[in-house]
Amino acid sequence: MDALIGRKLGMTQTFLSDGRVEAVSVLEAGPCWVTQTRTAERDGYTAVQLGFGQVRRLNRPERGHLRTVGVDLRHLREFRVDDVSAFQVGQKVGAEIFAPGDYVDVVGISRGRGFQGGVKRHGFRGGPKTHGQSDRHRAPGSIGATTTPGKVMKGLRMAGHMGARRVTVRNLQVVESNPDRGVLLVRGGVPGAPNTLVLIRRASKKGR
Amino acid sequence: MRIDDVVEIQPNPNIADFGPGDTVRVHAKVVEGERERTQVLEGTVIRVRQAGVGSTFTLRRVTHGVGVERTFLLHSPRVEKVEVMRAGKVRRANLYYLRDRIGKAARVKERGRTTNQQGA
Repeated sequence: MDALIGRKLGMTQTFLSDGRVEAVSVLEAGPCWVTQTRTAERDGYTAVQLGFGQVRRLNRPERGHLRTVGVDLRHLREFRVDDVSAFQVGQKVGAEIFAPGDYVDVVGISRGRGFQGGVKRHGFRGGPKTHGQSDRHRAPGSIGATTTPGKVMKGLRMAGHMGARRVTVRNLQVVESNPDRGVLLVRGGVPGAPNTLVLIRRASKKGR
Repeated sequence: MRIDDVVEIQPNPNIADFGPGDTVRVHAKVVEGERERTQVLEGTVIRVRQAGVGSTFTLRRVTHGVGVERTFLLHSPRVEKVEVMRAGKVRRANLYYLRDRIGKAARVKERGRTTNQQGA
């Protein structure tokens, strides 16, 4: 298995073996259980469904789905794999699949920032601070031409809701892997607030 | 699980208990190109910042008429040893006022030393 569901615990610093300091994200990585496999014959694609986070109460459909797993889980996510034959429902995976030096991609839901203007959301420069300007300091500027084309182009960057979307950070190096505690230390930042769900995958573009 | 339960701090037995105002001697590893050697610095602790693994302390000393300050990460493996040479008696946590003082005025009273006997 090359992926896990986990939880972001927060950030801290750690000392590398040569004494340098590294900013790291602490991730609770698993334990996850294989809850279902998707096969080409039945589902048209191959994937493994993993579950994470024990929960006290499930409704009956959920309990039925997890009946063969033997563990009550809160979060279920699928990960594409080429070959499902190595996986059995009920199989447990944890932080041991990643070793220090491995590269991972981490997916999370970024912090929600609410309705934000163009300056914060898209890095617009705003207007001049001086030379007789009033009320133009954080304005977006022109949003288009005049009669031709006579409309505002679709997709034009404007103010609006920012954050709280799915974000993938690629190629984060694993600094420390502690399978006993189910914890990974990963170099750099990871999307989302502390205690939010993250998906940890072996990096798709590096270190293979 | 909380982050503080996960990140462990290994206390260095060679680091003495010290605080602001104390004069300490720090044995620090310095990397010079390929080589690594231990440098000894002595000075007054003017600040201790408690922040878990990221805790720091700042030394100040005046050499050749120039004030020099250096901040160390308390839990860094590059800080090999800290010895307390002289315990200072101070009334605040951050001794920034020492920066504005020169010579005799920049001294810190010694703690735990009475007229005849030597203290800590």
